[in-house]
Amino acid sequence: MTLAEIKRGQKAIIKDVSSIHIPLKLLEMGCLPGNSVELVQVAPFADPMYLNINGSHLAIRKETAIHILIETIDG
Amino acid sequence: MGKQINVALIGNPNTGKTSVFNALTGLNQKVGNYPGITVEKKEGICKLPRGVKAHIIDLPGTYSLNASSLDENVVIELLLNKNDKDFPDVAVVVSDVENLKRNLLLFTQIKDLEIPTILVINMSDRMAYKGISLDLNYLEQQLQTKIALVSTRKNEGISDLKELITSYKELSKKPCLNASSIDPQYFGSLQKAFPNQLLYKLWLVITQDVNFGKTDRKSIEDVSNFKTKSKVDLKHLQQKETIKRYQFINDTLKKGQTIDLKSAKDLRIKLDRVLTHKVWGYLIFGVILLTIFQAIYDWSSVPMDFIDESFASLSEWVKTVLPAGAFTDLLAEGIIAGLGGIVIFIPQIAFLFLFIAILEESGYMSRVVFLMDRIMRRFGLSGKSVVPLISGTACAIPAIMATRNIESWKERLITILVTPFTTCSARLPVYLIIIALVIPEGRFLGLSYQALTLMLLYLIGFGAAVGSAYILNKILKIRSKTFFVVEMPNYKLPLPKNVALTVIEKTKAFVFGAGKIILAISIVLWFLASYGPGEQFNNAEQIVTEQFATTNLSEEELNQKIASHKLEHSFIGVTGRAIEPIIRPLGYDWKIGIAIVSSFAAREVFVGTLATIYSVGSDEEETIKNRMAGEVNPILGGPLFNFASGISLLLFYAFAMQCMSTLAIVKKETNSWKWPIYQLVIMSGFAYLVALIAYQILK
Repeated sequence: MTLAEIKRGQKAIIKDVSSIHIPLKLLEMGCLPGNSVELVQVAPFADPMYLNINGSHLAIRKETAIHILIETIDG
Repeated sequence: MGKQINVALIGNPNTGKTSVFNALTGLNQKVGNYPGITVEKKEGICKLPRGVKAHIIDLPGTYSLNASSLDENVVIELLLNKNDKDFPDVAVVVSDVENLKRNLLLFTQIKDLEIPTILVINMSDRMAYKGISLDLNYLEQQLQTKIALVSTRKNEGISDLKELITSYKELSKKPCLNASSIDPQYFGSLQKAFPNQLLYKLWLVITQDVNFGKTDRKSIEDVSNFKTKSKVDLKHLQQKETIKRYQFINDTLKKGQTIDLKSAKDLRIKLDRVLTHKVWGYLIFGVILLTIFQAIYDWSSVPMDFIDESFASLSEWVKTVLPAGAFTDLLAEGIIAGLGGIVIFIPQIAFLFLFIAILEESGYMSRVVFLMDRIMRRFGLSGKSVVPLISGTACAIPAIMATRNIESWKERLITILVTPFTTCSARLPVYLIIIALVIPEGRFLGLSYQALTLMLLYLIGFGAAVGSAYILNKILKIRSKTFFVVEMPNYKLPLPKNVALTVIEKTKAFVFGAGKIILAISIVLWFLASYGPGEQFNNAEQIVTEQFATTNLSEEELNQKIASHKLEHSFIGVTGRAIEPIIRPLGYDWKIGIAIVSSFAAREVFVGTLATIYSVGSDEEETIKNRMAGEVNPILGGPLFNFASGISLLLFYAFAMQCMSTLAIVKKETNSWKWPIYQLVIMSGFAYLVALIAYQILK
């Protein structure tokens, strides 16, 4: 599934990022395969998304999140 | 004593880098611009132990050495140019203890440039609170650096840092990452082509869109035995580099840092539940904005009245103390009256900058960006456009510079184009004086009509900005990559010292910047108003005396008639009456016309100009407001500033593009004259039209 589908409070691991669509800046902030991601808060209409990626708190738009593949962690 | 040590402070945004800078330099700092660009350059002097002095430069915040904005380019340009006079002997990387992992990315990059580098771990006062403990010895060993654990809030660790800077020669220059491990084949051939160059430096020159390397890069591309790669391939390698760096950082922190999550407290989550909530978030934001405007209007009225009266008495005092003559007149009527027009709104500017500084420092501004993004996108703007639109209420110039972190060029351009509609503080003196003249006192639901009018004007400005953004979004055919990344920093109690320094610095820059223009204009205006061509001006006494010979005028009344006759036939009067036909339909006379024309230099000149024009030839001590209230419409009779002409003026100033400095900034930021000229013509044309309609309906 993609990061755009994550629910609030859910934790996941980034599996793949499509580097053509993702700006380098986001990668440098820790949005890389293997790192953890958690949805902290969503704005109205679920966009943008306020995330905790690898300890960094940042907000990105849904249109960016669909290019990030994740796998949720149970529990 | 040896030479000064050049120190560069580098760090991610929101790490408290500027607090460290303030702690090191105190008031020994100056803010300027990098030559040719509008990026702010902060530098200062710091006294170090053993009589050494350091020249410290606070570089713009950046997440990495891969620049994506003008501000970030400054960092790379300096670090790659050994011949720059500011090239650092030692780099100090400031990091935030809570975001060490991400902050270390930049650290490893700078280390790889083989510049001696000190690591500052800031906000150490939060370690216990967050359950973080560090093995500093291990970290120093792995990162091959010296670490200063600093808390600017508690003023701890600064002397350690100074000590480390003083003995910077002992620092290791070994890199963290072996550049050729990113792609051995590619970097191997690169090294072969340039055997004497640092690989990582070459790599930066190849991958950056920075103008520093025009010659550098050309020389790389010119070497025939080295084949450069496509953009996509390069980006892939940059990603690989980033992953490698994080591997190194993760390995280092695994042993060097332990986080006990159980003892960590998280205020952020609790606050964000409310402050970024779908309903409460917006309500709170609205209340904050209302409070700010109310405060600016209420709190600054007292010092403003005081300043207005002081300048009136000062001008009167100069006239009585100095011997009469052209110089005294120039000083009293030209310079002091003109300066009064700018000094009067220092209180409001200071308050606005104070509130904006608090919103930024506390971390709340990022939440506003998050909340507003979706709504602003509908109008072709970005959530990040909110920051320029809010700071535009202070001044459009820093606001337009604040658009730099908007990633999409289209969203950024639209923000730049519409920001001058927001009610900047230069409009305030005009608004306040006209509102005081034409809007009756009295209250509606406990709010004064005058305050409501002011608020309405703010709303009109904001509405015009958003509305024109919507239209621009439909018209402009620019395809640009839209992406949006905003860091949500931790909430922090703003440090009073930082806030105070920002407010002082910004107010000073603003007042001196505008002050120079106003001073020049008021001197020119005074000359134009005090001298005139031809018979009518030079023989004014005779003409007027003859004209009123039959009527029984007191000497005082006669003198006034002479003065106004002179003014009417002075250079300024002649010019003013030449343009009068254009502005008459709006309900203005030629004096207002001159004020409007001169306020195309800067809006706040309006009040100063009227003050200068009205005080030429008048002897009594009067405040600007009373002088304006006494003006009579020469054709219709009755006060010149009545409801219809007042509203028309207010609307004209709400929409017109009257600020040369803003136009200059727009030119710089968009790199073309096309956009500022569009702004000037379209905004001012629209302003004229609206003012015309308003006057014709209301008169």
